[in-house]
Amino acid sequence: MTTLRRRAAAAFAITACLVAGCSSSSESSGTGGEAGGTYTIWDPYPQFDGGSDWVKLLTGCGTDAGVTVERTGYDTTDLTNKALLAAQQGNSPDVLIVDNPVVSTLADAGVLTTTDELKVDTSAIEPNLLAAGQIGGKTYGIPIGANTLALYYNKAVLDSAGVDPAAIKDWAALTAALEKVKASGKKGITFSAIGTEEGSFQFLPWFWGSGANLTQLDSAQGIAALELWNGWVKSGYAPNSVLNNTQTTSWQEFATGDFAFSENGTWQLANAKKTGFAYGIIPIPSRAGGTAPAPTGGEFVTAPVQAETGRYAVTEKLIGCLTSADNAYTTDTTLSYIAATEAVQQKQVAANEELKVWVDAVQAAKGRTSDDLGTRYPKISQPMWTAFQAALSGSASPADALKTAQTTAAAATK
Amino acid sequence: MAHDVMTRVPAPAPADAGARSPRRRKGGHWTAWAFLAPVVVYLVAFYAYPLYRNLDLSLRHYTVRSFVQGDAPFSGLDNYRTVFADPAFGPALLHTLVFTFVSIAFQFAIGLALAVFFAQNFRLSATLRALFLVPWLLPLIVSASTWTWMLNSDSGIVNAALELIHVDPVNWLTSPDWALTSVIIANIWIGIPFNLVVLYSGLQAIPADVYEAAAIDGATGWQRFWRITFPLLRPVSAITLLLGLVYTLKVFDIIWIMTKGGPADASTTFATWSYRLSFGNLLPEFGPGAAVGNLLILMALFFGLLYIRFQRRQSS
Repeated sequence: MTTLRRRAAAAFAITACLVAGCSSSSESSGTGGEAGGTYTIWDPYPQFDGGSDWVKLLTGCGTDAGVTVERTGYDTTDLTNKALLAAQQGNSPDVLIVDNPVVSTLADAGVLTTTDELKVDTSAIEPNLLAAGQIGGKTYGIPIGANTLALYYNKAVLDSAGVDPAAIKDWAALTAALEKVKASGKKGITFSAIGTEEGSFQFLPWFWGSGANLTQLDSAQGIAALELWNGWVKSGYAPNSVLNNTQTTSWQEFATGDFAFSENGTWQLANAKKTGFAYGIIPIPSRAGGTAPAPTGGEFVTAPVQAETGRYAVTEKLIGCLTSADNAYTTDTTLSYIAATEAVQQKQVAANEELKVWVDAVQAAKGRTSDDLGTRYPKISQPMWTAFQAALSGSASPADALKTAQTTAAAATK
Repeated sequence: MAHDVMTRVPAPAPADAGARSPRRRKGGHWTAWAFLAPVVVYLVAFYAYPLYRNLDLSLRHYTVRSFVQGDAPFSGLDNYRTVFADPAFGPALLHTLVFTFVSIAFQFAIGLALAVFFAQNFRLSATLRALFLVPWLLPLIVSASTWTWMLNSDSGIVNAALELIHVDPVNWLTSPDWALTSVIIANIWIGIPFNLVVLYSGLQAIPADVYEAAAIDGATGWQRFWRITFPLLRPVSAITLLLGLVYTLKVFDIIWIMTKGGPADASTTFATWSYRLSFGNLLPEFGPGAAVGNLLILMALFFGLLYIRFQRRQSS
């Protein structure tokens, strides 16, 4: 009732203005009446409150574009469903910052605009990072920064076991190092093989590092990757608890100081300094030698589809501001991310030599939804995590587990 | 106080009804509906509509695109067929049943034993009884996380204790043979206080003179339990078991926090499966997720009807 009456009043006001020709006031009530020049931004960083650099940056970008920014931080696991529901109700935010594998899902739902439509410049972005947001030749967002996985090591544990971390360039060298560590009475490596997307994220560097492809889970290379993990658990180089470890609990195991290695992400750097022991970082080795492609983590800045396409101009300004070189540097430092452009990456390394290994890892990294997998990725990832859970818990051999997984994945992605 | 109100309210009612009856003939119909409206709106908005939506979700072929655009085609029982044909269906059903019935059996037996024990009102019994309520008072996330720590294969206290008595450590949460047992143990621990409290209050209602008479007739403690306590507690037991069933069928948080339904589906029940389908993946599958949820509702409904039948038989 009230909305009807309000709508009627608005219609009346507009008609009156059309007749009287009061252009300036009708414009301000047209765009301002509903939104008040307010643009909404949703991000998955609820840890940042109003006083943080991140929120100040958002507000600043809004001021530069001449609008007010209304920001909401959601838990990252919540955000996908929130974004889908908002799109269903027709009240999507103007800017949505979302985990990169989700971009293809939202793009598939028709929720996101392409960067062409929005006229966002993506030319400076590293192609391997941008690929996670590209489906069918279209780009649906721009990475704000990236993180990935590498191996943290405990210097004291490696020294007493007589292992030189710099010499670990392939799987054989790593396994040999783990054996030495175990012989010296310490524990080898901890990772997260939990039955969720987090576990798949941790398995992929080994899977890809073996030369396997996600479209064929049970290839010889894929089986070799699972046999590597399985061998570590069976030989006691890795604890049985990896099956239930999240990346956080796996980190807590490493932080006890008993473990030689931890497969973990860029985001643990700050915590690494708090452990109280000397640590170092090496890239994850591939099977034959060299750096294995690890999956990229980190979010994309996207622009959900709006009914009023007139809003895109300001949205483009906001996104341009957030991803501009200076602001990207600030943001990525705050988030402990590696920048998505080479120029900013160099700036990061110049400021902090320690980030070099991470920049290398990010340059070798690969998006999970890349290779045009898009929404097929989640349907492959789930059978894959079921497979390594089955193998590591001893209920199936690596080959059998992956064979089952391939059957399931093939049926689901048909 | 409560007693006072209870007896006082019904008394004036007949007189009132008589006085008002002429007025009801005119606008009474609408007034009645106006009074009913809040309840009806509440029921429709929070019960009927969600149930209808869940049914609707399970009967349509949803993709993320059609979810957003709201034009998912009607697909009949396809989602149910998908769920039934899924290799995870059989194990999930078995786990759900084992989880529910084993949990209930132990919760009820231990709860009843404790209730009988505490009914004797010895010194400190109130304090001890309060202690048994602790699992109920803790937020589930806290107790489930604590269980996860205790049952950790490498650094958990349970395995440390086993080592002391020279028993090989058990991979409680990471072995397919033990994962379901572990979550059942945790769930039993959490469910005991509920059974204890309800059964204890049921015991209070059994008149003491029945026991006195039995004691004079020379009944042993065991006989008193099986011949008096157990039969007289039957109505309370029935409602306890029913509530326990419905509650245990849908247990999700403990399993999700402790094992995520793993390793490799070894502790997946319908509740965790439904969640994983709808929310646990990057690509939500609302249709099959809703279908599994509806199967859970049907199971709960079945036990509910069973209870009503039992109650009718009892009263007739």
